[in-house]
Amino acid sequence: MSQSEAVVIPQAPVEEWKLPSKGVVGMACLIIAEAAIFIIFVVAYLYYVGKSLSGPTPKDVLEIPILTSICLLSSSITVHYAVSSLHKGARSATSLWLALTVLLGGIFLVGTGMEWHKLIVDDHLTIRTNLFGTTFYSLVGLHATHVVVGLIMLTLALIFSLNGKMNSMHTEKLEVLSIYWHFVDAVWVIVFLVVYVFGR
Amino acid sequence: MATQTPVPAAIDQTTETAPRRLVFEVLQDWISTTDHKKIGMLYIGYSLVFLVIAGFEAVLMRIQLAFPNNHAVSPQAFNRLFTMHGTTMVFFVGMPILFGFGNYLVPLMIGARDMAFPRLNAFSFWISAFGGLLLYFSYIGGDGMYGAGSAPDVGWWAYAPLTAHAFSPGHSTDYWTLAVFLSGIGSVGTALNIVTTIISMRCPGMTMNRLPLLAWLYLSMSLLTFVAVGPLSAAQIMLMLDRYLGSHFFDAQAGGSAVLWMHFFWIFGHPEVYVLVMPAFGFASEIIPVFSRKAIFGYTAMVAASIGICFVSLSVWAHHMFTVGLGPAGNAFFTLSTMAIGVPTGIKIFNWLATIWGGKVHFTTAMLFAVAFLFQFMLAGLTGIMLSVAPLDWQLGGSYFVVAHFHFVLVGAILFMIFAAFYYWYPKMTGRLLNEKIGKWHFWIFLIGFHLCFDLMHIPGMLGMPRRIYTYEADRGWFLLNFLVSTGAGIQTIGTLIFVYNMVWSYFKGEIAGPDPWDAWTLEWATASPPPAYNFATTPSVASRRPLWDLKHPEDTDGQYE
Repeated sequence: MSQSEAVVIPQAPVEEWKLPSKGVVGMACLIIAEAAIFIIFVVAYLYYVGKSLSGPTPKDVLEIPILTSICLLSSSITVHYAVSSLHKGARSATSLWLALTVLLGGIFLVGTGMEWHKLIVDDHLTIRTNLFGTTFYSLVGLHATHVVVGLIMLTLALIFSLNGKMNSMHTEKLEVLSIYWHFVDAVWVIVFLVVYVFGR
Repeated sequence: MATQTPVPAAIDQTTETAPRRLVFEVLQDWISTTDHKKIGMLYIGYSLVFLVIAGFEAVLMRIQLAFPNNHAVSPQAFNRLFTMHGTTMVFFVGMPILFGFGNYLVPLMIGARDMAFPRLNAFSFWISAFGGLLLYFSYIGGDGMYGAGSAPDVGWWAYAPLTAHAFSPGHSTDYWTLAVFLSGIGSVGTALNIVTTIISMRCPGMTMNRLPLLAWLYLSMSLLTFVAVGPLSAAQIMLMLDRYLGSHFFDAQAGGSAVLWMHFFWIFGHPEVYVLVMPAFGFASEIIPVFSRKAIFGYTAMVAASIGICFVSLSVWAHHMFTVGLGPAGNAFFTLSTMAIGVPTGIKIFNWLATIWGGKVHFTTAMLFAVAFLFQFMLAGLTGIMLSVAPLDWQLGGSYFVVAHFHFVLVGAILFMIFAAFYYWYPKMTGRLLNEKIGKWHFWIFLIGFHLCFDLMHIPGMLGMPRRIYTYEADRGWFLLNFLVSTGAGIQTIGTLIFVYNMVWSYFKGEIAGPDPWDAWTLEWATASPPPAYNFATTPSVASRRPLWDLKHPEDTDGQYE
């Protein structure tokens, strides 16, 4: 490569150079994009509130899922403790907190499943029934899909933690996952308010 | 202050005559690559293929419209042609070719060795590529079980209720929505990668205030991609639920709203225009200063204008929907916000002009395309201001005037800057310069064809010719104009063929470029052409916006003026 010998790369003295973590920035970007998707589904839900041409209506069939919501929101606290335990190097505490997070998220998912079962079997509300069914199942289902994805990743983290494959070097990776989990919880606050409080 | 220690760019000093590799090895290398330069070139090559296909579709449409009462293609085929042309050009030419340049250039310009997430980068490319294949597979698979339909024929914005099962039987619309959805996943993946690369992988000394403007514009464009493509993906999910599971989002018979789809689509659709044009601004902001031999005028204002465009472009979508009837408040708001976006855009135009002003201008082919871009983009902006006025839009909406307006942006501004970018960065990518003489022929022929085609296209629109019309009667008085427009399309085709010839010819016989053929100032010219896999043998560190200027002129460095 004859021409490359003439090439020089600029070098200037630089004191200190620290940049934000790639994982955190990437997750923030993903959250912005996901938030845009959720906003559109929330807008569609609010736009169609009370516009169904036939029953059942939200007031007839929806019950406020207080217990499962408390479980999901407290899993944000447990995942936070999992990250800080890992940061301190307390590996069994990490496993414990992660297991608790998976358990709480799992309870939420089971709760949603039971709610859907009741709605479909007892109240005969499906995604085809009316606009309420259409917007309800798609919005809550989209959120539940995110819970499933989060639970899969948390379970993987739990397995690595139990195997002893995870140490304090992986704190940042677990932190990125925890940011995603916090986002899923924050979305639930919005969905809860829109669907179960204002939408009724 | 900057004491420059010369460091050789390449540590790989082996001779170029490596043994010939088997075809299979080369193929395996390209398919499994995670190198940002190779993925960038894959993006560019793939979109050039689709550019040729979608351009061919445009030519077929112009043949059909060249004469009154013409039957060159069937009405059904014509509907498919404009749908496929629009969808392909936006999602499988515009987005990927710009992401391709971004992939190639951003890491080199900020002194990084690769993108932040190389495997995500490869995934994003292949998922988009698969989307494009799926769209065109509809010509074979669109029949479905009903034996109805072929390629999608619902228009590129696919208004409800035309997309409902009753009106689009078969699978044609399913192919459309899946292809667009996949392309959206790829776009968000690449945008995420670009933002993270720019935020977290800059070389030492490259503060945000010293970031090349191209990187700034790719950053703005990527942030806009998140908030634009997100709604589109959401709307596509809803459409899929409607078509597959029988939900009622856009089903008017069950109380659903067709206008809601229009809102969702244009919340994507208008920012998308800026997603496409901002990289073109980035190319202009790199090419114009180098060929004017001056630093960019008003760097800070340029950055502020880019961010301003990002925000304002999120509040203008409903100017695509004036004819729906938004009421006085809606009309006033969207007219004003649409006019307001002319301000940051105008700032950019003035800054480019001020950069050229008093410079020692070198009219290379790249610069010619950039200058034509300035004129044409301003004209496109002026017809945009006309269309932002709601009463005039009621008159002209859905006519060929609108078609002429947005082709002035997409071809006159974006495609011209893409051509400029090819002339400017082709030597970096291949090691050989594109031929300037053939390039000048390409420029002038394409320019004449462009103006013959799209200047005149405004007039039939004002005379009342609707867009998407299959044919027209001879006594309408539209024949001569349409014939000239079609001739212009033919001339642009010849120009494009010259460009393709130039690319192939120069790859084998072009002049050897050397690392820095344009005497430019940004970091990509500080490494060999084409760059080695690791980009830079040592990580560069910079002290100003024009690190190569500092290197070449240690007595008068840039940093003291910033």
